[in-house]
Amino acid sequence: MANMVNLKINDIPLKVSEDTTLLEAAKMLNIKVPTLCQHPDLLLAGNCRICVVEVKGSRTLQASCCTPVRDGMDVFTNTQMVRRSRRHTLSLLLSEHNNDCVRCYKNGNCELQALAMEYGIEGETFIDISGDTAIDMSSPSIMKDDSKCIKCQRCVRTCQELQQVSALAVAHKGNSIKLTTFMEKPLHFVVCTNCGQCVNRCPTGALIEKSYISEVWNALDDPAKHVVVQTAPAVRVALGETLGYDPGERVTGKMVTALRRLGFDSVFDTNFTADLTIMEEGTELLMRLKSALADKNPAALPQFTSCSPGWIKYIEHEFPDILDYLSTCKSPQQMFGAIAKTYYAQKSGIDPKDIIVVSVMPCTAKKFEANRPEMNSSGYQDVDYVITTRELGRMIREAGIDFKELEAGECDSLLGKHTGAAVIFGATGGVMEAALRTAYEIITGREVPFDNLNITPVRGMEGVREATIKIEGCVPDWSFLEGAELKVAIAHGLSNARKVTKQVAEGKSPYHFIEIMACPGGCIGGGGQPIPTSLDIRQLRMDAIYNEDGDLPLRKSHENPEITRIYSDFLGKPLSHKSHELLHTHYTKRKW
Amino acid sequence: MDIDKKKKIEQYSKKVDLIFQDCEIKPLVDKILNMKPNEIINTITDSGLKGRGGAGFPTGLKWKGAADTFSDIKYVICNADEGEPGTFKDRQILQDKAMKVFIGMTACAKAIGAKEGFIYIRGEYNYLLPKLEKELGEFNRILKDKGFDFNIKIRSGSGAYVCGEETSLIESMEGKRGEPRNKPPFPVKQGYLNMPTVVNNVETLVYTVMVLRDGPDEFKKLGTKDSRGAKVFCVSGDAAIQGIFELELGMPLQEFVDLFGDGHTKAVQVGGSSGHCVPYKKFGETVIGFEGIPTGGSMMLFNSSRSMYHVLHNYLEFFEEESCGQCVPCRVGTQQLLKGIEAVKKGEKPASYLNELIKLAETMRVSAKCGLGQSVSNPFISIVDNFREEIIF
Repeated sequence: MANMVNLKINDIPLKVSEDTTLLEAAKMLNIKVPTLCQHPDLLLAGNCRICVVEVKGSRTLQASCCTPVRDGMDVFTNTQMVRRSRRHTLSLLLSEHNNDCVRCYKNGNCELQALAMEYGIEGETFIDISGDTAIDMSSPSIMKDDSKCIKCQRCVRTCQELQQVSALAVAHKGNSIKLTTFMEKPLHFVVCTNCGQCVNRCPTGALIEKSYISEVWNALDDPAKHVVVQTAPAVRVALGETLGYDPGERVTGKMVTALRRLGFDSVFDTNFTADLTIMEEGTELLMRLKSALADKNPAALPQFTSCSPGWIKYIEHEFPDILDYLSTCKSPQQMFGAIAKTYYAQKSGIDPKDIIVVSVMPCTAKKFEANRPEMNSSGYQDVDYVITTRELGRMIREAGIDFKELEAGECDSLLGKHTGAAVIFGATGGVMEAALRTAYEIITGREVPFDNLNITPVRGMEGVREATIKIEGCVPDWSFLEGAELKVAIAHGLSNARKVTKQVAEGKSPYHFIEIMACPGGCIGGGGQPIPTSLDIRQLRMDAIYNEDGDLPLRKSHENPEITRIYSDFLGKPLSHKSHELLHTHYTKRKW
Repeated sequence: MDIDKKKKIEQYSKKVDLIFQDCEIKPLVDKILNMKPNEIINTITDSGLKGRGGAGFPTGLKWKGAADTFSDIKYVICNADEGEPGTFKDRQILQDKAMKVFIGMTACAKAIGAKEGFIYIRGEYNYLLPKLEKELGEFNRILKDKGFDFNIKIRSGSGAYVCGEETSLIESMEGKRGEPRNKPPFPVKQGYLNMPTVVNNVETLVYTVMVLRDGPDEFKKLGTKDSRGAKVFCVSGDAAIQGIFELELGMPLQEFVDLFGDGHTKAVQVGGSSGHCVPYKKFGETVIGFEGIPTGGSMMLFNSSRSMYHVLHNYLEFFEEESCGQCVPCRVGTQQLLKGIEAVKKGEKPASYLNELIKLAETMRVSAKCGLGQSVSNPFISIVDNFREEIIF
């Protein structure tokens, strides 16, 4: 138990625990202290100096974000010296910043811009020293514009601490300092996983997603094209944030209507292929278990999930020798594209060459995934364009749609129906829970033994979670699993992924099935989600996901009637020849 | 040089001879190892010795801070990253009297309870390493023979000025970018590898040895109330005689200039590029010491042939490159000060812009993260204030 200390901020006394920072203490008194380099998900840096405050008796101002409270401290957050320092700091930042704000992608959602407005920074205080720098557009997911970088190092801390990928680092010093990649190579040619967590935490427009909005408008404007859209489960619980709603608001029905108004010919749901993924990936897991336990053959266990393209690129770079452990299933996004250009094309009598598949994803890595060369088993690129939740919000605003007033709509049939099991793909642990709901029932003929199908042990925000499910009362086909204990693990965020993956690489993993999501919180915290992000915001989105699941009539993937139909009409059965051709993929060993 | 001047300097040098004085090593080690930790700390505290690296933190207080922090593992680091322009004393001390540095580190180790020590030496001094390693081998053996569990190792720096700042030095030793840490926590609580650590300048460590040998009173006979003892000065620039001289603290700058100047001295930069520039008209009222203008050793003399604009320009170029770059006031502030005086010189900005720049320098003094950015204001304000016309015209 930490000791309590007494201090005064702006002459207001308060008592707080000694491990509180001055910034936190000020917040308790509803005193706003501006910040730039500080982010709730990251360790403290104390390098922007915008949060300075005056502490009586101290020769210098103190950065409140990284100064702990002390007993008897007398703190002032709004003195002449403080205001002048903050204004100087902002003016200095603006003097090295590319101030082309009205033409910036982050116009209106930029922390530097907001502070410049708050502090009334007008005109040029100091000499313009912003230089011309080339924008790094090499990556299909992320664009990096150093002319807008304020060197707060949030991206570097995200990449190094939160994700432990370290694609981004600090190079050089003084006037040459740069937040950049190894050997300053373009982003596409380093170990970047395209997770976009840096984008979520960049206070300015220095790191943004590569936008495909104009490509999507062009497709929609082309009468020869039949444009279909799919939306990932995590989009519906976050899109509202870009359109004036509080975090955690579900806007599923309005989103469907908005997409129709934007001109999409069919509005479908990635949830449909999430259900399909469960059928394929669940069966794949059971086959690997059968191979190992019944046939005593070597099998790649544990099986890793393969839905998260950031995770896929990560393992391809960092653990290229254990790619066999990955499920061969494509992600739901890619399955959708392949199905749209085959099954849907056949059923609707449209030439697949005229079909454009657009995905709306909470993710920047999905843009990279859609561009992977192997993703074209239908003869056409599975997914043509990927836009983020943020980009969809932008399109809706641009189209002049009064989102809040929209009626709720429903997805089109054939690829639109989904179960609650698919919805929870959007949260960490969701794929695991969905897979267990189906696999357990296949093995035992009974529902998973959890209250209202809610497998709570696999839920939550803990970085690595594990659960054991005892299998009893198997149906005859699966009797070899009788009494077996299925051990599963869930990790989200790549630093946590590293822990469980390392165990597998060392041959020490105790698990059978591991779900990994590259982003903290899973897709709800994805790199394409609305900015800002924090644990609180992600928790609200996660709650919304589970509420959406609970409200749906069907909660198990194998009960989705459109899934039953696609197997009977088109695919045959899970892991069939056709499934393998369209829904499964292979991976690439990547060098550093 | 005239004979009188040479004689005078010799007289001064005779008065103080602590740092480069020969000592018998083993008896001195014995004496210190026989002292109790608090006895060592009290002696150092009583002597009034302040850090000789430039910041002037009381050495006894620093040692006490580390001694009072509970930990099984503690470290002593000798800061030999002598990077302040115009400073070259530590090099000489390490070359001539390395054993005394090792003894100082041992005294600190005994006082705080450290078992490991490091000398962080700037990369440019690597040529000293063969000799240093040899002497260190001997010294470590002496300690081993005496059964004192303390071992010193040498770490070589990679050439960033900011690594002379103690937390940057620690980061660098840990294999990270040399960047200052947020304080608190201070190194005496959480330093190298997050363990309590004392970082002392080379010269400071040698003075601790002399204080422990001769007692605090002997040391206090030298200097003034606020600036006890003596100091090694590095005299450079337009001086009649250049080099390394140990002098009492508290000396009036006029006396110093009379001694070392070439007769045309118009300014002295006291404390290197991060120090203060004193113009000739203030020589009389300025005392060299903590009550006046402190210095880490660097004394640069400029005569009337020098342009103070070029002097300042040179310093600012140094700072804009040597800022670690992480904090805004220092990274951008240094660039703006440099661009600013250039613009005023060229007439692109009015002379009144210098007032804006002085305000900026004042902000840097209070808001930069470490001593580097905070001290840029010292040369900037003192040169612009005193030689304004040289900056403008």
